[in-house]
Amino acid sequence: MAAVPDRVHLTYLVNGEESPVSFAPYKTLLEVLREDLNLTGTKHGCELGECGACAVLIDGEPQLSCLVLGLECEGKRIDTVEGLARGTELHPLQAAFADCGGSQCGYCTPGMLMTAKALLDRDLNVTREQIKEAISGNLCRCTGYQQIVDAIESAAAEMRGARK
Amino acid sequence: MSTQDKKRFEVVGKGRRRVDGRAKALGQLRFADDLALPRMLHCKLLRSPHPHAVIEEIRTGRAEKLAGVHLVLTGKDFPVPFGIMPVSLDEFPLAPERVRYVGDPVAAVVATDEQTATAALDLIEIKYKSLKTISDPIEALQNPEPRIHEYGEQGNIHRNQAYEFGDVDAALAASDHVFEDTFFFEGNTHLAMEQQASLATVEGDGKLLLTTSTQNPHYLHRQLARVLQMPASHVRVIATPNGGGFGGKCDPANHEMVVSKAALLLGRPVKICLTREEVFYQHRGRHPVLMKFRTGVTKDGKLTAMHLQTLLDGGGYGSHGPASTFYTGVLTPVTYELPRFKFEACRTFTNKPPCGPKRGHGTPQPRFGQEVQLDKIAEKLKLDPAELRLNMVTKRDSLTASWLRIGSTGLAECIRQVVARSDWKSRYGKLPFGRGLGLACSAYMCGAGVSIYWNKMPHSAVQLLLDRSGQVTVYCGATELGQGSDDVLATIIAEVLGIDTGLVRCVTGDTGITPVDLGSYSSRVTIMMGNAALQAAERVRGTLAEAASESLGIPPDRVVFSQGRVFAAEDPGKGMSFVEAIALGEAKSGPLSTVGSYSPPKAPGKYKGAGVGPSPAYSFSACVVETEVDPKTGWITVPKIWIAHDIGRALNPVLARGQVIGGVYMGLGEALMEEQVFRRLPPKLSNALVHRIPSMLEYKSLTALDMPEVDVALIEDPDPNCPFGAKEAGQGPLLPVMPAVANAIYDAVGVRIDEIPITPDKVLRALELKNSGKDPRVGPEHFPSVPYPKPIFVLPPGEGGDGGERKSPEDKAERKKVAA
Repeated sequence: MAAVPDRVHLTYLVNGEESPVSFAPYKTLLEVLREDLNLTGTKHGCELGECGACAVLIDGEPQLSCLVLGLECEGKRIDTVEGLARGTELHPLQAAFADCGGSQCGYCTPGMLMTAKALLDRDLNVTREQIKEAISGNLCRCTGYQQIVDAIESAAAEMRGARK
Repeated sequence: MSTQDKKRFEVVGKGRRRVDGRAKALGQLRFADDLALPRMLHCKLLRSPHPHAVIEEIRTGRAEKLAGVHLVLTGKDFPVPFGIMPVSLDEFPLAPERVRYVGDPVAAVVATDEQTATAALDLIEIKYKSLKTISDPIEALQNPEPRIHEYGEQGNIHRNQAYEFGDVDAALAASDHVFEDTFFFEGNTHLAMEQQASLATVEGDGKLLLTTSTQNPHYLHRQLARVLQMPASHVRVIATPNGGGFGGKCDPANHEMVVSKAALLLGRPVKICLTREEVFYQHRGRHPVLMKFRTGVTKDGKLTAMHLQTLLDGGGYGSHGPASTFYTGVLTPVTYELPRFKFEACRTFTNKPPCGPKRGHGTPQPRFGQEVQLDKIAEKLKLDPAELRLNMVTKRDSLTASWLRIGSTGLAECIRQVVARSDWKSRYGKLPFGRGLGLACSAYMCGAGVSIYWNKMPHSAVQLLLDRSGQVTVYCGATELGQGSDDVLATIIAEVLGIDTGLVRCVTGDTGITPVDLGSYSSRVTIMMGNAALQAAERVRGTLAEAASESLGIPPDRVVFSQGRVFAAEDPGKGMSFVEAIALGEAKSGPLSTVGSYSPPKAPGKYKGAGVGPSPAYSFSACVVETEVDPKTGWITVPKIWIAHDIGRALNPVLARGQVIGGVYMGLGEALMEEQVFRRLPPKLSNALVHRIPSMLEYKSLTALDMPEVDVALIEDPDPNCPFGAKEAGQGPLLPVMPAVANAIYDAVGVRIDEIPITPDKVLRALELKNSGKDPRVGPEHFPSVPYPKPIFVLPPGEGGDGGERKSPEDKAERKKVAA
């Protein structure tokens, strides 16, 4: 059996930046992001893929980073909540979450935002039902989801306006 | 002129982005588990695999020798017990001799990383001797031995109490009808998204700093000093913003004590984050409660008296249990006029994770029974359930039979709103089979009238500091759970000073630098912190107004603070910027710093136990739920919910609506699926009582797809005891949801489910009973004989009492004669 290295060294493209990182090979992407890249915006709520708090985009697709090994992501494009804003200007989804009551405690917010971003990246003409479907794997215990759906709907409208 | 009397507000009542909204959307807010320090070590707890056992021997030698392990702690390292309530100091950070539930912490390892600490847990050798397991209150009553704790009332009864306000038996005997119903409310848990995490370190000054996810840094501070036997002034607790609390982070917790001790011993930062499974063991959630109501009514639907009995499953430790026991009854008389009331309650110890406060604390369970029974009463008397309730809502400024003072009430308007919005009158009782509407109401408190430990100091204090740069910094021990307490604080300061909330910096939840606020529980923060903030802000405004008045040559009471300016009321052009006013004030009076504080009004009741239930104000809610029930599968769908909440005044309507919808969401989850339940392993596998579903996937909660549209009406009738009239919104709106669901299911398919949660299998079972001509009801069949004590007898205000107890039965007999 080949010896398992203590640490592996590889490079991701995190929020548009080349990010070399070294970590123990058993670590999940969530752990690498939080502990080795100090990107603590991505949350953990269950360690088992049940809650959606750890959702990030891997090559544009929403994925639960607690179910992905850090090792599997070499060279991949990884987008986290830290990369959403442009400088000091909030992404329309972030602004809408803040304005519409989409965050109460804010713990599910990063995962919700990234899931919503993947949805709106595909299609800005989304219905409330499609929004609910898209975020149905992200649990929130504070809001009852209504103001989150309001926020995503409002951001989509804002982004449609900006595109015209 | 007080700011509160202004006709138009600039901040209050305006929907705004909350002060911490930007940080949350950026993922920048630092929760406890987001923190790390140089040289930080990691802690893991070893938890008992037995529900009830004596620890005969613990050997830690092998664990201590594992490379990377720095420290192993066991019960012998913690000789002093703790507990949130002074009457229930029954927990040790690590169990020294006895374990009382599967998950009870017995040892801790501190190591370089979590992997190593976890590996070392496996090397700790413990010899247990199993004891008989007490699995529920019935078993607890039947088995006084073995006692789970050596204290309490007797056997396995932790708390046992009885009150009688007026002669209830006489009133029931004289009633046109007496309804007797039993209900059961299964336990459920908070399931906050954030798992508890704590980071302890010894700061440069040699003092302990614990940064932790807690709702109550002040109570934790006191208990830490106690357990560690250190002066409280050498201990600092910082409550990080919580990723949801719902009551689950109110108790001081084992892991918080353990990492603190470890940091003190090692001189290095020590961190712990509970796994989701561990959070289910830490629990302190909704008590399972069995209830019996005997309620008398007149033929036209007025309540005459109620005899309520409750039996609580407390789990393995006291937690908030003494208060929880009271709350299964004390708020029952707040919603409707109830001339006489008898309340008996008993909390038992069982070998399960301790139960404690969850959103609504002890009150949702009896509220469910009360509101479902009212539905049955309305049906029997052929009265509309909404009209029945409207005719008996408690009156403004009245006293209940139990001597609680009702302040403002908007309940009647709440009922009218949900009736109109849901088109109740043309749809209730008239929808096709399988569809139905149900209505229920509730009342809740705006902060507990007394502190958890007896003292005469304020319940909340605020310190305000203005400096010449224009910065307004407010310090308060209140804790942000996500409910928006920082935004409430900033809103009140900003309104008084005529500035934007963005100018106010909130420094909260830090026992090292903020004045004491008792914590984020019992819906107390808006009222108590808010009143303290109002006082501090009005004081500093007074100083600023004096300084500005000299410069403007007008009397101080003609100085207006608005839109970041300070100017003359009669000539708005004559004035200055807010920053210039600060400079004038600082030149005249020195640094501008004020304090404010708040203590709740004295309660009118004088009997022993009268301290639980009084509140500066009560909020009221009414709810209509629509259901669709598939008679083939029992499947329940809820397409829409209407709720009206009497909030007094909404300080920030975006947040207020969010609290209301969030409460409805949690109530609907409890109504339909959430349950913290246990099962026995087979005898060959130890026969232990274990948690059935300690995972987020198996503990069912509503997803975005399950959540119906919620129509919210905020009823604003400002309460004079509350800042700008604002009452609570965090807990009250949850309470009417569960009974409204049950009542809607009855309207849909004609079956009564007298227990929570209401699941499809129960609905199917009830439909089968109905189809075979039997009583179409699923619920508890009987209420056991509980050895309640002789009740404390108190005459209700309407019968000439003084709010004190009558000590002997003769007193009661004498009163009877007078009444006759």
